[in-house]
Amino acid sequence: MISGNLVILTAFAYVVVLFGLAYFSDQRARRGRDGFLRSPLIYTLAISVYCTSWTFYGAVGSAANNGLEFLAVYIGPTLVFVGWWFGLRKLVRIGHAQRITSVADFISSRFGKSGAIAVLVTLIAVIAATPYIALQLKAITSSLRVMLASDAGSFATNIDDSTLALIIAAIMALFTILFGTRNVDANEQHHGVVAAIAFEAVVKLAALFAVGLFVVFGLGGGLAGTFERAAEAGVTFVSQSDFGGRWITITLLSAAAIVCLPRQFQITVVENADESHLRTASWAFPLYMLGMSIFTVPIAIMGKALITSGADPDMFVLTLPLSANQQILSLFAFIGGFSSATSMIIVSSIALSIMVSNHIVVPVALRSQGFNANARPEGVTRLLLTSRRVAIVTILFLGFAYFWLTNGSGALAIIGLISFTGVAQFLPAILAALFWRDATRQGALAGLLVGFAVWLYCLFLPAFAPGNPALSDWVANGLFGLAWLKPQALFGISGIDPLIHAVMWSLMGNSVALIGVSIATENDPVGRLQATRFVDVFRLGSSNQASYVRSSATLNDLFRVASRVLGYQRATQLFDQYEADRRDRQTIEPSPRFIAELESEMAGSIGAASAHVILSQVVSGDIDAIEEVIRMADETQQILEYSQRLENTTTELQSTAQQLRTANVQLRQLDQQKDEFLSQVSHEVRTPMTAIRSFSEILLAHKELPPAQRQQFVTTIHSESMRLTALLDEILDLSALERGESLWINANTDIGATLQRAIDVCTPIAQERGCRIVVDAIPHGQIVFGNADRLSQVFINLITNAIKYNDNADPFIRIETSEAEGQIAIDFEDNGPGVAPADRDIIFEKFSRGRSGGGTTEAGSGLGLAISREIIGRLDGKLELVSTEGSGACFRVTLPLRAEQQAAQ
Amino acid sequence: MVDILIVEDEPSILSSLEFILKHAGWTIESLTDGESALRRLEGALPRALVLDVMLPRRNGFEVLKEIRHNSRTAALPVLVLTAKGQQQDRRTAMELGASAFITKPYSNAEVVDAVRALLGHGSSPDASDASPGLN
Repeated sequence: MISGNLVILTAFAYVVVLFGLAYFSDQRARRGRDGFLRSPLIYTLAISVYCTSWTFYGAVGSAANNGLEFLAVYIGPTLVFVGWWFGLRKLVRIGHAQRITSVADFISSRFGKSGAIAVLVTLIAVIAATPYIALQLKAITSSLRVMLASDAGSFATNIDDSTLALIIAAIMALFTILFGTRNVDANEQHHGVVAAIAFEAVVKLAALFAVGLFVVFGLGGGLAGTFERAAEAGVTFVSQSDFGGRWITITLLSAAAIVCLPRQFQITVVENADESHLRTASWAFPLYMLGMSIFTVPIAIMGKALITSGADPDMFVLTLPLSANQQILSLFAFIGGFSSATSMIIVSSIALSIMVSNHIVVPVALRSQGFNANARPEGVTRLLLTSRRVAIVTILFLGFAYFWLTNGSGALAIIGLISFTGVAQFLPAILAALFWRDATRQGALAGLLVGFAVWLYCLFLPAFAPGNPALSDWVANGLFGLAWLKPQALFGISGIDPLIHAVMWSLMGNSVALIGVSIATENDPVGRLQATRFVDVFRLGSSNQASYVRSSATLNDLFRVASRVLGYQRATQLFDQYEADRRDRQTIEPSPRFIAELESEMAGSIGAASAHVILSQVVSGDIDAIEEVIRMADETQQILEYSQRLENTTTELQSTAQQLRTANVQLRQLDQQKDEFLSQVSHEVRTPMTAIRSFSEILLAHKELPPAQRQQFVTTIHSESMRLTALLDEILDLSALERGESLWINANTDIGATLQRAIDVCTPIAQERGCRIVVDAIPHGQIVFGNADRLSQVFINLITNAIKYNDNADPFIRIETSEAEGQIAIDFEDNGPGVAPADRDIIFEKFSRGRSGGGTTEAGSGLGLAISREIIGRLDGKLELVSTEGSGACFRVTLPLRAEQQAAQ
Repeated sequence: MVDILIVEDEPSILSSLEFILKHAGWTIESLTDGESALRRLEGALPRALVLDVMLPRRNGFEVLKEIRHNSRTAALPVLVLTAKGQQQDRRTAMELGASAFITKPYSNAEVVDAVRALLGHGSSPDASDASPGLN
């Protein structure tokens, strides 16, 4: 038998030890000797605040009733810590960068520092925490009842469960206030509390281990023995409904809870001292949970085997040692369970009270007419502390109310899952905050509202149904008797476990609303800014703070506000630092960067939304300063884009103008060429005309001229007329060639025969001038595709040119042919003056004649070479001037041979 | 001393000029390119120069320019003949200091009149009985 007073005294003593530990740790931290408090081990142990009395007592009950289902609650967080480590790291990084104070602050900060979202998240968190706190109260009450059952003399035997729960709630509220609200920390880190929670983690693990070892080795005689003893008593472990939909749902819920539960967020993100601690926690925390669950099954089956049926399986951890009359062990087990419950209550209500004070009380106070932060000497510090204390009392009272209204009904595990489903509604918003830049404030708000509403309707309220006729009817028949509105069979989908049903509908509605509304709406500027800071936190780092452009406030104004939010000491420290750092000591206006730092610092105390509001009021009187700046930036961006387009258009126009200029230059050149051509034609026509006219006049005027002289003059007139006719013919010929008109018919032509004919024609002229024509070899049977007359024309032109312009004493012209690669080449080489280097490029131009070279003047149109080149070009051949060793010129005609052409085709 | 130096590269035109100017009573000397004309003018000057523009080895305009730049030849009367016949050529010739300008094809009388005008004040020994043209 255990003395009831001993139990109660022990519990009190335990709480006093906890308080002392917290106080001692806070003192150490304040003196800067907080090294051990900032170790990854303490951090990991604090995270195990996840394991509450639900775990301590409830897991055994769950194992006894539902087989292995209790494991899902551990698997979810394990998956998150092991598999989603990077996601947690991002969460913690953002938490540090943005000085996040709570899960509500996190979500609202991401979605445009929205006050509405902060309030909604706070509301959901408080309501969702209520059953959870009720659960802890129930666990403490039940365990006290069990412990005191044998002592009729204890005070507790004369009061009912509700009163006992109320007393416990009141005591818990008092301790929480003492623990968590002695002061307002700059960044909401509670070293003392964390130390106490870590200590509690050790106590509860040790207690459970002690009971487990006793059950297995004391009662069961070893692990195998335990199962044998149970089997003898007709108890087998039934792992029913394993790995089904419910199992998956609970895994999902617990995975969400380890991130979304306000107390988990508080410990994992807000109280995190160093990001690297997560690395340790990622393996150590799952290990801790393994330790907490290892003896669950043995205790459950031994409890079923040894304890009379009808006893609460949730209390097997206590009743087993008690039944074996192990008083010290059962007292230790009681303290372990008590420790699980108190740690949860303390951290939860601290986290929730921060949210309530930061997101509901302070904003309301800031907006109310009567409150002016500058008018109150104590500032918001007092307000914060008072509101937090009131919030803690309220939250615990709500927990008690839930316990009272539900008559303590339902197993611990089921109550816990209601809470988990409630906080799981934060998950879509948190994931969107971390990874989806386009998620909007409206989307987050819509998702939270839908999820919250479905959860309330399908899971939270039905919990009150037993013992409430109106609610029972509603759960059975649907709201207003509408069958499709049945809370546990929405839209006629029935036959599903109520938990799966609620989780499915609430998270689906939540996500669909979040995504749908986000797509339909756009982020406002602050929302965009925050979205980038959250999603790209690893890329941006934490230095990228928003800045105020206009700072109409003086340093004095700012100091007044800051000292009231942060406390005089911290504010003085910050401003002294600023004074020491800044270069420009002339101005009294604070730099935008400093104001941003101040906002960040204040956000650590009162949340991002409130810090933003309070600073905007003093800084510029314009809350929308950032919006304004970003709107201006957007406009600038648009103007830049517009001018970019203009620039592109201008570039296009310039390019068109350039093309036009080029075309114009070409046209001018063509026009000039036309003028030159006309001028040259005029000259070429006028020259023979001059001779004809002049000699005609002479003949007319001088009848007395001797016949020989008359004959000579008439001959000149005749030849000049012929020259004139030939010139006009050639001009027309060349013009036709240049227009691409084929005035002749091509056929297979014997090149040798054609060349011979041309030589024959030229021989008399050559003889007349005393010029030899040397022919090395005339090709035989070589066929080219062309026109014999045209080819002779070219050859005759080349030969006569060579004869006409040759002023050598012993003039000759050598004609050579050669073949290579299906081409025949015919060279016309002379020993005349050659072509001056300056003329080489223009010798084939019309009327060029190579005048700069020799002094020999010869009649000719000056079109011969131009025509010849055109002809050869049209026969796919080439007419070119090639260099020679001798002094003279060498023209080469190259033509493709027909046989080769045919072979190629 | 010759009366007239003719510089013309077209053989038929040169022979016609030689004929009509000789018949007008003047003494004649002929050259067929610009370079040799300039070299010839280093010696005793003719009384007038009949100069074609389109000449090999330094055209008529270059020759005229040289003549006017050289103080010894600057006053030499020069008749410019051209087959191009564009206004631009006439202007160029006048700017360079041509004394007269005739476009080909010319009438014989036109040439003789122009040369006589150039020789104008100067005493042509046979000026009185020189009556060429179409009389």
